[in-house]
Amino acid sequence: MSKLILSFEGTMLKTVDLNKERITIGRRPDNDIQVDNLAVSGLHATVTTVLNDSVIEDQNSTNGTLINGEIGKHTLRYVVETATATPYQEFAKTMVIRRPDAAAHGAHAAHAEHAPPLTHAAVPAPRPAPAAAAPAPVLSREAALKILTGSAAGRILDLNKSLTTIGKAGVQVAVFTRRPVGFFVTHVEGDVFPLINGESLGTQARQLNDQDTIEIAGTKMIFIYKT
Amino acid sequence: MALIDALQMISLSDPGMVRDLNEDSIELRPELGIAVLADGMGGYNAGEVASGMAVSLVAAGLAQFWNAATLQTLDRKAAILLSQTVLQQQVQAANAAIFSKAQNDAECQGMGTTLVVCLFYDDFITVGHAGDSRLYRLRNDVLEQITRDHSLLQEQIDSGMLRKEDAHLSNNRNFVTRAIGVDPVEEAEIHTYEVLEGDLYMICTDGLFGLVADDEIQMTLGALKANLDLAAQQLIQAANDAGGTDNVSVILVRAIKSFAVK
Repeated sequence: MSKLILSFEGTMLKTVDLNKERITIGRRPDNDIQVDNLAVSGLHATVTTVLNDSVIEDQNSTNGTLINGEIGKHTLRYVVETATATPYQEFAKTMVIRRPDAAAHGAHAAHAEHAPPLTHAAVPAPRPAPAAAAPAPVLSREAALKILTGSAAGRILDLNKSLTTIGKAGVQVAVFTRRPVGFFVTHVEGDVFPLINGESLGTQARQLNDQDTIEIAGTKMIFIYKT
Repeated sequence: MALIDALQMISLSDPGMVRDLNEDSIELRPELGIAVLADGMGGYNAGEVASGMAVSLVAAGLAQFWNAATLQTLDRKAAILLSQTVLQQQVQAANAAIFSKAQNDAECQGMGTTLVVCLFYDDFITVGHAGDSRLYRLRNDVLEQITRDHSLLQEQIDSGMLRKEDAHLSNNRNFVTRAIGVDPVEEAEIHTYEVLEGDLYMICTDGLFGLVADDEIQMTLGALKANLDLAAQQLIQAANDAGGTDNVSVILVRAIKSFAVK
């Protein structure tokens, strides 16, 4: 089960299990978590928990709610922005409510110096972002095609997308794919296959080596790894 | 033009890089314009049983009730209605059969499956689905998600609790709110859409769209639509290159020509 750790000036005050669908936080005594501090609004924020997810919603508080140190009023923010590699059962989510002026401007220098980090030390390291959100795998090497013949002779074509198609639609098209293990060329359409170093490519994908020459639809080019 | 000549249909399925079993199932009946995909769940190989039953029962049931003899007498409007009725009946029948198997076979207890069924006829597509497998359409090189997942995540997005762009952060990505074979009675969500010449339809399991972003899918389909087999290989490879944490299955259907009946 997830829990909240309530701390002030670096001291942990208490932990609260997120065992209810809706938990209210505020200064008034009828809140599930009462924080008796004038910086906190009567009803300051709520935490809604659905299965493994908890969402914090600022209830139009005077001083706002900070999540992971980000300032401002968040109407609806996702608590698990620092989710972890540890199973969620062992994971304690941390949320801090404090006065925005102290956090943002260091208005009271002495206060700010002693202010605890906004996210509690108990928060484990962030887990790697899920793949769908992650950028395409970064290769250690970049590569390009240098066009040798035809109207585009001399042009350098960077292979910086995961897919680059070359050729004439309906006649002969090949695709260059960029994968974590390297660059590949595959025949897409047309009766004639591309030539790699003078050899017909066939229907299978083929991994490219530096300085390979490629001929597609009559145009010659050379594959080069950039240093 | 006859369906078999107007539609190009291919499929590809892969267990991925992590799992030993492939619990996805696919069945195509190109001559009838039928494509079915299911992503099973349940212990041991029960997921495989559920998805396999779903695709074979639905495809066979459709083939029985959706045939040339019946369709000859119908105008387009009636054909659309019939497609929806027949599809719903077959999904419900498959649901009952899988549920009953799950009840009576200890090894299959608790099994269930997602399902996407597509029926192409007379320049329309009728799609029925349950769960979080999806139908996409590439039209004019723009990818659009046609089905809406039956999932907790989708419900949270709909209710404004979660922003769509934050969906990948959720720990609740694995909860579906509708599945075939889990309850005694379940139905598919069914819609009919116009098909335009050149449309490319993609039916896939979450093993693909969970790992490969939509713009990447759009680029791949746009670049490789002339070679559907290669496009499917490329998509599955992209999912595997991104970790391949789940089974990945793809059906691609391209409307090469109009298949209007008149």
